[in-house]
Amino acid sequence: MIFLKLILTNLRRHRIRSLLSIAGVAFSVAAMLTVVTILQGAVHMFSGILSNDSQVLVFERNVSDLFFSNVSPDVAAEVARWPMVEHADPVLFGVVSSADHPIITCFGVVPEDARIRKATWLEGNRADFGKHPNDVVLGSRAAEFLGAKLGDTVPIGHGSFHVIGVVRTANGFEDGGVFMPLDAAQLFFHKDGSSVITIKLHNKDDAAAFKQRVRQQFPNLIALEDAEFSHTYSQFRILKATAWAVGGCGLLLGGLGVANTMIMSVFTRIREIAILRVNGFSNVQIAGVIFGESALVAAVGAFAGLALGVGALFALKRIPALDGYVDASVHPAILGIVLLLALLTGVAGALYPAFYAMRVRAVEALRFE
Amino acid sequence: MLRAEDVWKSYDDGAITVLKGVSFEACEGQTIALCGPSGCGKSTLLHLFGGLDEPDRGRVSVNSIEVNRHRDLLRLLRHEVGFVFQLHNLIPDLTLEENCLLPAVAAGTPKHEARQRLMDLAERTGLSPRLGHRIQKLSGGERQRTALCRALMNRPKILLADEPTGSLDERTSATVFDLLLEVAANEGVTLLMATHDRSLAERCDRLLQMHDGRIDEPGLR
Repeated sequence: MIFLKLILTNLRRHRIRSLLSIAGVAFSVAAMLTVVTILQGAVHMFSGILSNDSQVLVFERNVSDLFFSNVSPDVAAEVARWPMVEHADPVLFGVVSSADHPIITCFGVVPEDARIRKATWLEGNRADFGKHPNDVVLGSRAAEFLGAKLGDTVPIGHGSFHVIGVVRTANGFEDGGVFMPLDAAQLFFHKDGSSVITIKLHNKDDAAAFKQRVRQQFPNLIALEDAEFSHTYSQFRILKATAWAVGGCGLLLGGLGVANTMIMSVFTRIREIAILRVNGFSNVQIAGVIFGESALVAAVGAFAGLALGVGALFALKRIPALDGYVDASVHPAILGIVLLLALLTGVAGALYPAFYAMRVRAVEALRFE
Repeated sequence: MLRAEDVWKSYDDGAITVLKGVSFEACEGQTIALCGPSGCGKSTLLHLFGGLDEPDRGRVSVNSIEVNRHRDLLRLLRHEVGFVFQLHNLIPDLTLEENCLLPAVAAGTPKHEARQRLMDLAERTGLSPRLGHRIQKLSGGERQRTALCRALMNRPKILLADEPTGSLDERTSATVFDLLLEVAANEGVTLLMATHDRSLAERCDRLLQMHDGRIDEPGLR
């Protein structure tokens, strides 16, 4: 109890400094949580597009980005005939721009594709998709920002397309995208193949055998299960690394704030530390007071930051323009890592101050009264 | 019990020599006053016995064990010696009770045992009604009595008092000193006290006169 009071006493003694320190940690944690969650959410959404009703992805080996992958249509046709395969859907990804909208994602898909099948059709009829090369189906968000409805003609890239449907999906990227028949997309993007083939197997336990067969028959292609793809795809890894790096920098700044506070704390209580030493406090006990103070600042800051971060995510989710793009659900692992990092940063910030406190010589601190 | 043998101590890389070959011995339960002008080395000698500093030369021992800053220092501070300073050196944000319990917390004394000891000491020093008060609310005399309680908390065998009445008025000073002698006698501790007050010093069993880093002829009394 007295130990705790020694910790709290100093925080209370310098309230403004303590609050600033806590705020520093809180903002750092909130920034880290927000950045990491948004980017993880984006990665999750993008991988969700790929794994829609499929277990394995086939694409060109060693491409840095799926947009550059080109899988021959013959491969899709052949793979679809393998007995273990339930269906094999080629998908072509492309990015175009239109007036006021620099980036619109286009999905070139076959009419049987799960994205078309599973979407909620707000306008139009699914049976019409793929009948004419100039027909497109818009995601509801894309229809909104393009100001288009069923029957309109919309300029997309260098072409004009006839809107035959508007669909809603759970995925922000899909909702903000344009679905074209695969052959029309190939023509539009000057590609003869597709970016990927999404594979659904009769039995998901056949995934290893399927991958082995792809490796043998098509050495220039690679087949990855969805989870494997999420972990290994270089773009996702770059995004995740960037998120953690940006968040880490924020946390480092928070940690420096804690270190500064703790150094000031030790400097202003040297006499008190000397008194503790004269009364038999060991180095470990004195360091415990310093680390305790720092850990308390970090813990309060971390929890305040979590609340702030979650609040910010929900606020972002409520912005209409971002609806569907921001996943506000914080993964428990991220939560744990952010909390742990915040506490570690707080403790690291107290290392030098604690070391300094342990070296305070009572006789010098008390000599001049 | 307490022994100093040819102890030398200097500061500022030898520019100021505070102790110049001090030697003396004290027996268990004795009360000893160290008298002398400011800067003659009284406080330094107390610090050496308490393990807060180390001599440049010579030996300082407590209970036949040489005081060494790196060996058994914690045990010395927790169980062998108690300090009372001129300025009470209490932590202002803690209550009287919490200040007194600090040595018990450091030593890991069981709570009920520490509290029992505190009640006993508070009773004897007349501080019982003030236990929950913060230090700022206490008078100078009460603060010094609190410091005395704290120093005796872990039942030390030696009490080192550095001008314990130096910041008090004459009447309070006499009261605190009486209490110091009484508690020391009751607890059976050896008291080594630095003081300027000759009249108080003369009430101790021994008076050691210090001058320029040396003890003048010991055994005046």
